Order: sequence, then C-alpha cells, then structure tokens
Amino acid sequence: MSPILFELLLRSIWETVLMTAASGLISLVFGLPLGLALIATERGGIAESPWVNRVLGAVINGFRSVPFIILLVALIPVTRLIVGTSIGTWAAIVPLSIAATPYYARIAEVSLREVDHGLIEAARAMGGNRWTIIREVLVPEALPGIVAGFTVTLVTLVGASAMAGAIGAGGLGDLAIRYGYQRFETSVMVAVVIVLIILVCGIQWVGDRLVARLDRRG
Amino acid sequence: MNQHVTAAIENTNDADAPARDVVRLVELKRRFGATAALDGISLTVRKGEILGIIGRSGAGKSTLIRCLNGLERPDSGEVFIEGREISRLGERDLQPLRRRIGMIFQHFNLLSAKTVEDNVALPLKIEGRPKAERLNRAAELLDLVGLSEKAKAYPASLSGGQKQRVGIARALAARPALLLSDEATSALDPETTRSILALLKDINRQLGLTILLITHEMEVIRSIADRVAVIDAGRIVEEGPVWSVFADPRSEITRRLLGAIRPQLPPELAARLLLAGGTETILRVDVAGEPARGPLLSDLARTVPGAFRLVHGGIDHIQREPVGTLFLSIPGGDAGHLAEVIAFLKSRQARVEVLGHVADPV
Repeated sequence: MSPILFELLLRSIWETVLMTAASGLISLVFGLPLGLALIATERGGIAESPWVNRVLGAVINGFRSVPFIILLVALIPVTRLIVGTSIGTWAAIVPLSIAATPYYARIAEVSLREVDHGLIEAARAMGGNRWTIIREVLVPEALPGIVAGFTVTLVTLVGASAMAGAIGAGGLGDLAIRYGYQRFETSVMVAVVIVLIILVCGIQWVGDRLVARLDRRG
Repeated sequence: MNQHVTAAIENTNDADAPARDVVRLVELKRRFGATAALDGISLTVRKGEILGIIGRSGAGKSTLIRCLNGLERPDSGEVFIEGREISRLGERDLQPLRRRIGMIFQHFNLLSAKTVEDNVALPLKIEGRPKAERLNRAAELLDLVGLSEKAKAYPASLSGGQKQRVGIARALAARPALLLSDEATSALDPETTRSILALLKDINRQLGLTILLITHEMEVIRSIADRVAVIDAGRIVEEGPVWSVFADPRSEITRRLLGAIRPQLPPELAARLLLAGGTETILRVDVAGEPARGPLLSDLARTVPGAFRLVHGGIDHIQREPVGTLFLSIPGGDAGHLAEVIAFLKSRQARVEVLGHVADPV
C-alpha cells in the first residue's frame, strides 16, 4: 500500500469514527428520552397518554421504515438547513443521527420496559413523583440494557456510515468502494475490512465491559 | 363487627377519632370489570395496633391495601389516613402523604442498581433530605434490622430474609405513622418468616408503629396480629381480636383458613364416623379464654360419673389467651351420660358439637 493510500486510510478511519461517535451521541441524547416517553405514555405508564403514545410510535416507525440510502437523499434540505452544506462528513451526521435516534429509542424502550413494575410501585409508595421514578428507578435499573443497546446502535452506525459516501462524507466504506472495489486495490479492501473488524470488536468489547460493571442484578 | 363499624361512623365528627385511628375506611367499593374487588369495606386501624387482613387470593386484599396509600382509587367510599380523606386527592397531594406510610412487599422491590444503604435512604432522598442525614438514618435502621455489615452490598447478594429486612428498614426511613405489609412473608421459608414476623412485632412494640398487614396465612395472623379481619369476595366476613376469632370462627371461610393450624379430627377417625348407633360418641369441644384456664377435664371427671377419653386436641396460646380444641370420646350408647357431659361442658362456656359415633372403641 502506497503512503498516499495509507494516509487516505487514516483519514477514512477518522471520518468513520467521527460520524459514528457524533451521530451515536446525538441518538443517545434524543433516543433515550424518546424511549422514556414511549414507556411513560403507554397504558399503565407513569404518564399514561394513549394519543401521544400512538403519535410517537407512528413517527418512529415512519422514520425506521425508510431505507437509509433514501433518507440520506431525502434529508438533504434539512441537512443544508442545519449544517449549511449537504456534502461532507458533517453533513452525513444529520441523516445518520435522524436514522439512529428512532432505532435507539426502540432499543431503549425494550430495556426500560423490562424494569419490574413492582419497583415503580415501590417508588410511588415512597411518595416519589414521575421525575423521581425516571431518575431513581427506570434509568438506573435499565442502565445495563441501555448501554448494551447503545453498543448495538454504534455498531449499526459503523455499517450505515459506509453508505454516507454517497453524499461525499468519506469514511471507510467509501474508501473500500472507490479504491478497493472500483480500482481493484485489493490491499485497500483487505485493510478496510480489518480496520472495520477491529473497530466493531473494540466497540463491542468496551460496551460489554461497561455492561458487566453496571449490572448489579447478580 | 357491625357494632364496631357503626361506632366508627358515629365517630366521624369526634375530635379524638383522628388521634386514635390511623386508618378509617368507610364503605369502600372498587370494581374491576364484572368482579367487585371491594364490595363495601368499612374498617378501622387503631394507633399502635397490628391489624391483620386475611383472605384467599383474589379476595380483594391487595386492592384494599393499595387504596390506603392511593396506589389504587376506590370507585366509592372514603379513606381516612390520620383523619384526612385521601381517596379523591390528586397524585401531587398524595405524594407527601405517602411519606407518612411505609410499605413492604412480597417480592421486596429493592432497587438492584443501588446499594443496601442507598435503598434504605431512598425515601429520604425523595423527601429532599441532605446526604449526611440520609446515610446516618440508613445506618441507624440497618442496625435496627441487624444488617449493618451489608450497607455497601447490593441486593442481589442478599438472601430473601435479608432483602425483606432491607425492605423493612427502607419502609421505616421516613418515620411513617403506618406500615403496610403486602404479603411480606409469602415468598420466605417458614424459619425466615418467623424471624421477619418477630422483627415486625419488635418494631411495633419499640416504636409504637401501627401495622396493617395482609396475608393468606393464618400462621402470620396468629403470631403477630392483635386484631384480624377476614375478607372474602370483597367483604369483611369476620373481625375481632385474634384469639376470639380463632376460638370461635363464625364464618365458613374463616374455619377453612384456620383448618391447617387448629386441631382437626384425625382423618382415619373421621372416616369411621357414623350418624347413629355405634358404641362411642365423638365430641368436639372448643373452649377459650378464662374457662380454658380452669381444670376443665378433671372437673368433668369429678362432676359427671362415667368415663370419657381424650382422643385428640390441643391448646394454643394466642395473645396470651388459651384457645383449646379437644376431641372427646364418650363410651356407651347411654344418652343420659352423654347429655350430662354436654351440659357440664356448656356450663363452662365451652362449645360442644356431636361429630358422630364410632362402632369400635378408638
């Protein structure tokens, strides 16, 4: 592999890491509250509201049913509005985040739903309000699942970011297609695959260790 | 029971009532679809007592206890906690009130992500107390329940009995006026159950804490309750001091619930009972309280000529009152002798029931 290609590889790694980390963080910040909102507004939830629940569910399902490559293009006006441009790594972070947020919201919802209802009742019996229940019961008790779900989301984002090359965002996937596939640079293809494997394994390893440390359920 | 209910209603405007009665329920009703979980429950819990509510599963016990801290709302009727009607309060107004009521649960409901001391301190955190005060109080309570060395442990590492001790400590953290116990020992083995009940009794005596517990086990009622209310199909079918309900159960459901812990005629003997004829008559004699303290059987032997034999039975001491059930066999078809025995026993305030006759001596 030539030094130029090597430099390209390094830049691509940085772009992939940047896209994954930034959109992952944004999906966490928005997806977790969305997941909480889904749980809180469902029947028997702490802020029961069937209508809000239905609307939220429909919007999330709507975003999740659009294939990412279409979302990438369809969101160009929104991206331009937010980032100022529709091309480049930062521009890709917008559609990636918008795709990952509802995905993560559903994953968080599953973990939050698994929290024993008796614990919520105990907190209510102690005189806790909704905020107490969220802060002291729902989130801490679901935390291992929330972290494990975040790991899954990050790994999915690594894959999804490969498609972001379509709007000139760069990244490892883009490098593999343009050099490895279209120019028959097998060494680039192999290097990209190895880096991706290391990246995914690394994310998973850190996530698993964190979950093991957080899980006190014995 | 009815007398008591009437008294409670008459006391509505009595200024002393709130001080004496921690809980007063008036005609509580709650339906779930077609079934009435509570069908007109009126009940009073007095300050400092342990009231046990017993019933089979589905009798409405859980709904009842959950009405007391507003986790469940009755369709109609009134719930007074320390003199204040709470059944129509909003969630926000209920929250400070719930801090006056501790609750322990069948499955403990401890937060797995928090240490034992943080679990115990949680009610104080909800109250907004400073951290130092919370931890001091948690240490004090863990000492009370005998788990000081587990303060930094997580609930998953505790046994069932230890978990319930933590649950009790947590329920006491905010110095409640009332402790609700929702089948608190049902998930525990008999030995652990005994130690948890002893702890609750201690707390009741030491702190003067009023306790309302629900259970489906008569043994729980027997060992710690002062008064018992038997609930069936959403109604209170029987209520009174534990020893008197045990000595003289009026309803069929109470008798069935008592079945396991009161002496019963041995099955092989019961199978041989005849309606008429036979050579011996089997009597069931129930005697409790003052009459049971006397030398009943020796007086019987001295007063009534003719033999009798004790076949089975036992005397239990409930709230320091003797509660006895004896099965006597009176030989001979001599109706005169039998009538004399029954007359004597009745003169000593015993309840006598002729169960039947057996052909061969037993």
